[in-house]
Amino acid sequence: MSEHIVPVKTYVAVWITLMIFTGLTTGVAYIDLKEWNTVVALLIAVIKMSLVVLFFMHIKYASGLTRVLIIGGFFWLGIMLTFTLADELSRHWEINPAAWGPGIIFLHLPHLLNFLPLL
Amino acid sequence: MSEAATHEANPTGLAHQFEDIEQQREASSLGMWAFLVTEIMFFGGLFASYTIYRALHYSAFEWGSRNILEVKWGATNTAILICSSLTMAMAIRSAQVGKKKATTIIYLLVTMLFGAAFLFIKLYFEWRQDWIDGFVPGLHWVFTSAHPSTVEPGVQMFMCFYFFMTGLHALHMVVGLGLLTVLVIMAARGRFTSQYWAPLEISGLYWHFVDIVWIFLFPLLYLIGGRYH
Repeated sequence: MSEHIVPVKTYVAVWITLMIFTGLTTGVAYIDLKEWNTVVALLIAVIKMSLVVLFFMHIKYASGLTRVLIIGGFFWLGIMLTFTLADELSRHWEINPAAWGPGIIFLHLPHLLNFLPLL
Repeated sequence: MSEAATHEANPTGLAHQFEDIEQQREASSLGMWAFLVTEIMFFGGLFASYTIYRALHYSAFEWGSRNILEVKWGATNTAILICSSLTMAMAIRSAQVGKKKATTIIYLLVTMLFGAAFLFIKLYFEWRQDWIDGFVPGLHWVFTSAHPSTVEPGVQMFMCFYFFMTGLHALHMVVGLGLLTVLVIMAARGRFTSQYWAPLEISGLYWHFVDIVWIFLFPLLYLIGGRYH
């Protein structure tokens, strides 16, 4: 954390940008971009996140130590997402509960909630 | 010596183990970020499983998103949270520049108001309606014949993710409102000075983090696959 006090102008500018991007991401959803709709929506979300982190959360003015911690956090998130998806998406999973074996119990777990009123 | 007396004797709130106030601020901020990184991983797990199931039930997830969730509420809530982030940042700033404590309190109260509005929309216009329409898996799931039955398992899965993700997010909002309540009391007692505002800063980090989670939930839950049909 630094002594740096962010000017009101900067905060308001960031707020306006975030509001515009919110309108933009909503508007773009109504335009047919084929498979790119989700990509564009996530790209805008990443830009919005960066603005919040840099200005509202003062990381633009933070020490190197804090930045390294945050970059490390996102790096680990990247490892989790990439490796999980690399595994899941490279296999041909089938939605066939019969092939789950004992794991089929998980399909019935939501039904346990039916007993809630009895408790 | 009471806590208040200690505070008067030591207006910067500098604890003895730190070299100076600057080091203390960095330590508190760093500690909060360490917690937020665990939160990133926590929500990250949900986002990872969401992605996997979305890939498995590709069209069902889009069907559920298009036909069950309403973009207008998602977009409104996104705007509300962004406004609340601005007032939160302004609350911290008002303490930093040494404004009167009433200014800080007003900013905090407005932030809480935005947070409460978010939760009200979520509970009343969305979750309540989902319950009435029979879109709550496991508890009140009524998938009528008007819906294509082929997508049903996937839609149920989508709604599970919807309730878990928005529910967990809403829980974080409630915790955030609790933190803000404490901040309002602290501000009213005159605990913050232009030197000491670490509680405001780290609670602000938490509040902005919750905002960021919603920034990702909004497109992933409300907008996937586009709305051009």
